[in-house]
Amino acid sequence: MECNAEDRRGEQGCLMVNYSNADRMRRGISTLMTTLTGLCTLLAVGALLIILFYIAYRGIGSLNLQFLIDRPRPVGEGGGIGNAILGSLVLLLISSGFGLPLGICVGIYLSEIGRGRLGNVVRFIVDTLTGIPSIVTGVFVYAILVLPMKHFSAFAGGVALALIMIPIVARTTEEMLKLVPHSMREGALALGAPQWRVILGVVVPAAAPGIATGAMLAIARVSGETAPLLFTAFGSRFFPESLNQPIASLTVQIYNYAISPYDEWHAQAWAATLVLMTLVLGINISVRFLTRKKF
Amino acid sequence: MSAVTENDKLGFARQYSTWRRALSPTGNTGDAVFRVLMLLVALLMVGIVVAMVIALAADSMPSIRLFGFGFLTSQVWNPIKGDFGALPFVYGTLASSLLALLISVPFSLGIAIFLVEQAPTYIARPVGFMVELLAAIPSVVYGLWGIFVLAPFLRVYIEPALAKLLWWIPLFSGSITGIGLLTGGIILAIMVTPIISAVVRDVLTAVPGSQREAALALGATKWEMIRVVLVNGAPGIAGAVILGLGRALGETMAVTMVIGNRPQISLSLFEPSYTIASAIANEFTEATGDLHLSALVELGLILFLVTFVVNGIARILVWNVTRKTGGVSRAA
Repeated sequence: MECNAEDRRGEQGCLMVNYSNADRMRRGISTLMTTLTGLCTLLAVGALLIILFYIAYRGIGSLNLQFLIDRPRPVGEGGGIGNAILGSLVLLLISSGFGLPLGICVGIYLSEIGRGRLGNVVRFIVDTLTGIPSIVTGVFVYAILVLPMKHFSAFAGGVALALIMIPIVARTTEEMLKLVPHSMREGALALGAPQWRVILGVVVPAAAPGIATGAMLAIARVSGETAPLLFTAFGSRFFPESLNQPIASLTVQIYNYAISPYDEWHAQAWAATLVLMTLVLGINISVRFLTRKKF
Repeated sequence: MSAVTENDKLGFARQYSTWRRALSPTGNTGDAVFRVLMLLVALLMVGIVVAMVIALAADSMPSIRLFGFGFLTSQVWNPIKGDFGALPFVYGTLASSLLALLISVPFSLGIAIFLVEQAPTYIARPVGFMVELLAAIPSVVYGLWGIFVLAPFLRVYIEPALAKLLWWIPLFSGSITGIGLLTGGIILAIMVTPIISAVVRDVLTAVPGSQREAALALGATKWEMIRVVLVNGAPGIAGAVILGLGRALGETMAVTMVIGNRPQISLSLFEPSYTIASAIANEFTEATGDLHLSALVELGLILFLVTFVVNGIARILVWNVTRKTGGVSRAA
């Protein structure tokens, strides 16, 4: 059987069909569109790589040990981001202290207890909380904490970050708990354990790696937040002394330096960004590799 | 204690404390305590949202009382005279977000289609992860990149070219500075693309394989098959786009750094603009008086209500498509 090139495109080998122009058109469109989708993807990945390499390129120049441990100094005198790194860690500790336990409890409620209409309402609320702009969270915390206390504080900043953390942790915890097989719950219940012991002793430990993953991603997410800190933690040019005082953070420092008119501060902003990106991408990529087998 | 009295106790509990059974079907006190605790934490979430509305509404009362609905239609924003209108901010927020969606939606659809329908797993996984990493980059970093890389690039290459080619469209007139609506829109587009494409991926994955097989069996080309899949997932895709809109509306830092922050309504994409979120970020700590602060909180209240409604609609649309197959949205 003789085949021309056109016919061999059929998957079954050689079909004796004469393709009309309309068919050629359809195939052409198909090839065109499927190529375009590939190009879209290429462009997105390209954008990521360009941004990351540019940060590394600009940031690496100003990065040295002195920069990492010093506090900010006036233009021309060098200075560093030591206080901002410390401040960011303090803020992350406060927010994790509130956000992780509360988020995990909400997750447990959604997966194990709230199965009815109320559970759906809570789930909906939690989902929409995720979408509330972080600047609005900042305004809210300003209204309930900063105004009554009459000053900015590390504590208020931590609470603002915790509010962003809770819904993320809650939803990942819920999804992870739902992956635990029902037979494990039934087995524990059949042995006479009350529900709370089944949940805390069997279900949660079984899902612990997944919950930890969600917690790490939530920490990565809030470590990049700037907007809610602008008028809660506010920022500071000194090393933190008390949770009741304004505190510096990497992100707010980057913002302040970026919009300043000094080239030296711009260079410092890039270096601080490199530090921040190392933290954020480090968490994201290590989570990905730790969980590669499961997802 | 004998077994009989234990049973009696259980019987007692069953008979006389129906409220307790409602709390704990197992009749175990520990369960009741645990369930109530978890319920309280869950209700705390509802409480937080309610408290947000109340706190924002209470603090914006002076502004609401003074300006009423005129707040939304007035173009004047004058902290010194104490005259506040939100229209330029509402315009800037909507214009930048819609511009972002206009750029981002075709790309996001393309990415999702490529990853779900075309790429083999060994490509789809790492590439999908890289696209998701775009969402992990902090907003302030996008802003920094926008100021020092994107804005100069647009000023030198793209905007002059657009102005030269399309000068007859008012969108592309005006002074070329690199800082303005277009730059804000492009930065936003890069930021919402991973979110929209992640949700569209979930939606496409949830479309049953039999739909694809049926289309191919009827002689459809690959693209025609994909169109069938897209039509099937249309409500979910709409949800994904609205979810992206919600994110774009509330995005603060990156936009603040590149949009120029001038409260004006201009048709030109090159002119500086101002969004609700940037106005709050810029002016909150430097508010000149109680009324100024109150007006800013009212802006926050508007933003809260709009994003709440937008996200609610999006979630319902996406849920309806992905829930049947138990799909888990990748977007946080």
